[in-house]
Amino acid sequence: MAAKRQETVLEVDDLSIVYRTKRGDVKATNHVSFSLKQGEAMALIGESGSGKTTISLALIRKLPKNAVITSGSIEYRHNGEIQDVLRLSKRQLRAFRWKDCAMVFQGAQNAFNPVLKIHKQFEDTARSHGWTDKQAVRERALNLLELVRLDPERVYDSYPHELSGGMKQRTLLALGVLLNPQIVILDEPTTALDILTQRAIIDVLNDMQRQLHFSIIFISHDLSLAAEMADTVATVYAGEIVEMGGVNDIFYQSLHPYTYGLLTSVPTLAQEQDLLQSIPGSPPNLIHPPSGCKFHPRCAFATAACSQDEPPLIQDFGAHLAACWHKKALAESREERVS
Amino acid sequence: MTAPIIELKNVYRQFKKGREPVPVLQDINFSVNKLEFLCLVGESGCGKTTTGKIICGLLPPSSGAVEFEGRDIAQLKGADYRRFRRAVQIIHQDPYASLNPTQTVFDMLSYPLSAHKLARGRRGIAQRVRDLLDLVDLTPVEDFIDKYPHQLSGGQRQRVSIARALTTEPAVIIADEAVSMVDVSIRIGLLQMMMDLRDRLDVTIVFITHDLALAKYFAWEGRIGVMYLGRLVELGPTQRLIGSPQHPYTRVLLSAIPEPDPEKTRNKEHIKLRSEDIPRLTDLPAGCTFHPRCPWYEEGLCDSAVPELLIPRGLDGGVKVACLPLEHGKELKLHES
Repeated sequence: MAAKRQETVLEVDDLSIVYRTKRGDVKATNHVSFSLKQGEAMALIGESGSGKTTISLALIRKLPKNAVITSGSIEYRHNGEIQDVLRLSKRQLRAFRWKDCAMVFQGAQNAFNPVLKIHKQFEDTARSHGWTDKQAVRERALNLLELVRLDPERVYDSYPHELSGGMKQRTLLALGVLLNPQIVILDEPTTALDILTQRAIIDVLNDMQRQLHFSIIFISHDLSLAAEMADTVATVYAGEIVEMGGVNDIFYQSLHPYTYGLLTSVPTLAQEQDLLQSIPGSPPNLIHPPSGCKFHPRCAFATAACSQDEPPLIQDFGAHLAACWHKKALAESREERVS
Repeated sequence: MTAPIIELKNVYRQFKKGREPVPVLQDINFSVNKLEFLCLVGESGCGKTTTGKIICGLLPPSSGAVEFEGRDIAQLKGADYRRFRRAVQIIHQDPYASLNPTQTVFDMLSYPLSAHKLARGRRGIAQRVRDLLDLVDLTPVEDFIDKYPHQLSGGQRQRVSIARALTTEPAVIIADEAVSMVDVSIRIGLLQMMMDLRDRLDVTIVFITHDLALAKYFAWEGRIGVMYLGRLVELGPTQRLIGSPQHPYTRVLLSAIPEPDPEKTRNKEHIKLRSEDIPRLTDLPAGCTFHPRCPWYEEGLCDSAVPELLIPRGLDGGVKVACLPLEHGKELKLHES
């Protein structure tokens, strides 16, 4: 599934976001940088409260009112043009959302208006982006509904309550790509769905991506989903990307103790008996985050240096980046475990 | 093998939706042996939570019986009934909903102790509460004992839930999706703690989950029961069930689950269902309820009779399956698609 044309569609540079709250500033995103290539599927993985959703909301400028972007830029590239998403006017933003970058929210089964038929919701979306030809919208919608393996005619003329959770999720994916966006952001696309429904969604997403060539950013705490769908994986911890690389790098050669800890805490089916270990402690308070490396209070490899200096996110080989002072110790420990 | 501590005999349970009866559980038969690792798995709506509630007496079966140590719990009265309720406890799924927001950890743990007279005097109760928090690793105890639920993280709340279930020194704990709501990184720690408590306190844990990988980890030495639309469709030793699943539904489920390993998960063969629509409980298909979706469906057989949970002909290893073709000793071959 590796991206063939390596054109960058999105470039996030040094993005920082804080939420202003009564108790202080929540540093939800800290100096996050990444780029997304055309046709690439990128996974943001991490625990709840790690800042995954904040990053993705910033990409479409849908942050809550108390959020302030304190640094950084988000560049969107399309047909040789470069737009700074953070500087778009209200009107430009309306056009940007959905048409260039669509987001399918978590628990999206509830995203439909319950009193409107599905076709009305497709038409409304199209119209608000200046597409008024109902017949053309219908044709495109039916094609997309077929692509997500639904009975197009029936679904298009249904009310949301007439569809099951999995059907709604698929309909929403179809609605998400109605305007042919370049980037689709999926927030926990399979959470709260049954196993067989999850499988259907994964297969449908793969089909859609193959045919429509959009880029995906998906947020998930489900490592298996990332293993199956992502080209690139970024691990988010305490509002920072602590590791980023190709899916195989991350799963087989992880260089950050947090990523490694996540991987060794997930049971598998394929393995014989799993040797699992969970990460001690809990995610840090982002109002008063720990000094130095934010993972150090939970890290088995931490030394005194870790609590003082924050390790930079740097690459050692290839495109694999990790922010840790003890990559070598981690690699050795992994080898011991394997043998 | 020791005598079963819990036994379900032909348990049916209906709910009503308006006037329409909804069969949530049908013909459930299985037993829980003392200290075995038993796990019930299935998708939402399969009846696994209802089964859990019926085991601990929170819901009566519509027909059939639940036996605790060989005695029908519906017949228990007075002191015997109280003893049963003390002996079988449940941990609910959502630690945000199952703890009273107006009570401190101390309140929640001390109440059952005094109500059941399990500890005496203010000192005795306080000591027992401290011991319980210690058991679930909420230490130092001072940091937690006076906290309200909103001051605790999800994982800590679930530990309080576990401690609360332990207050009555139960013989059986039903853990209903007890780790599903906590973060991946601490899920296994919580599960390992529960497995450890089983050894230390001699408590049998029935683990209910939708996550087969988690079930496999928990019940590696035990058994897994797979439920579909209110029926138990396969029950057998975990390693056998995961390694060579028999019932079509179990096979499809196992083939559908993604693995946290890019190569394995991308090369996994997925068995295709004939239909992705899940039948409604109010309008169940005739015969085997899985037949409209089953890739191995045999016309005239599967839609004719409801299969019973049996040891199929020619199959050893302690696996029970509810599938008519398997019952007749047939091999399952995939239809041409």
